[in-house]
Amino acid sequence: MYIGRVSGTVVATIKNELFEGRKLLVVDRLDLAGQPTAKYDIAVDMVQAGVGDRVLVLDEGNSARQIVDREPLGAIRAVIVGIVDEIEIGD
Amino acid sequence: MQFARVIGTLVATQKAEGLEGVKFLVVQPLDKHLQPEGEPQIAADGTAQAGPGELVFVIYSREAALALPEWFVPVDLAITGIVDEVDVV
Repeated sequence: MYIGRVSGTVVATIKNELFEGRKLLVVDRLDLAGQPTAKYDIAVDMVQAGVGDRVLVLDEGNSARQIVDREPLGAIRAVIVGIVDEIEIGD
Repeated sequence: MQFARVIGTLVATQKAEGLEGVKFLVVQPLDKHLQPEGEPQIAADGTAQAGPGELVFVIYSREAALALPEWFVPVDLAITGIVDEVDVV
């Protein structure tokens, strides 16, 4: 999993049926200092996240399929599974 | 998933089992500001409706094999949606 920041929204009418009724958000991957890296994902939102939120993102297919409890289980990878309140990193 | 722009089509008559009827498109991967990033790739069209010029989003690796009507066919990049609108800060 990684920490990201929601930076945008995506609207698509024609899409894999797995994404029907779900919100797709653009998430920038952050480094440990909280700065955006060049990497991003279009992720499925499971926690009502919004633009500007710092979020916890899952990027693995099997894990993603476990929490998206709807058939057909299929082509899904990046999922927002939490909104980060606080992160503390030791020395 | 990441953004990509469809820039062409690919036809292969002779192909591996499971790829019959799968439409292949040439896509240019894009960054989040929709600027080209990296080399063009060949993607299977999981929407069956994408065409040249369109902005799409794609899924990589094993999950690409789940984006087509028949699962676990030999592909590693698939189009999973056609973008109507993007709003990125």
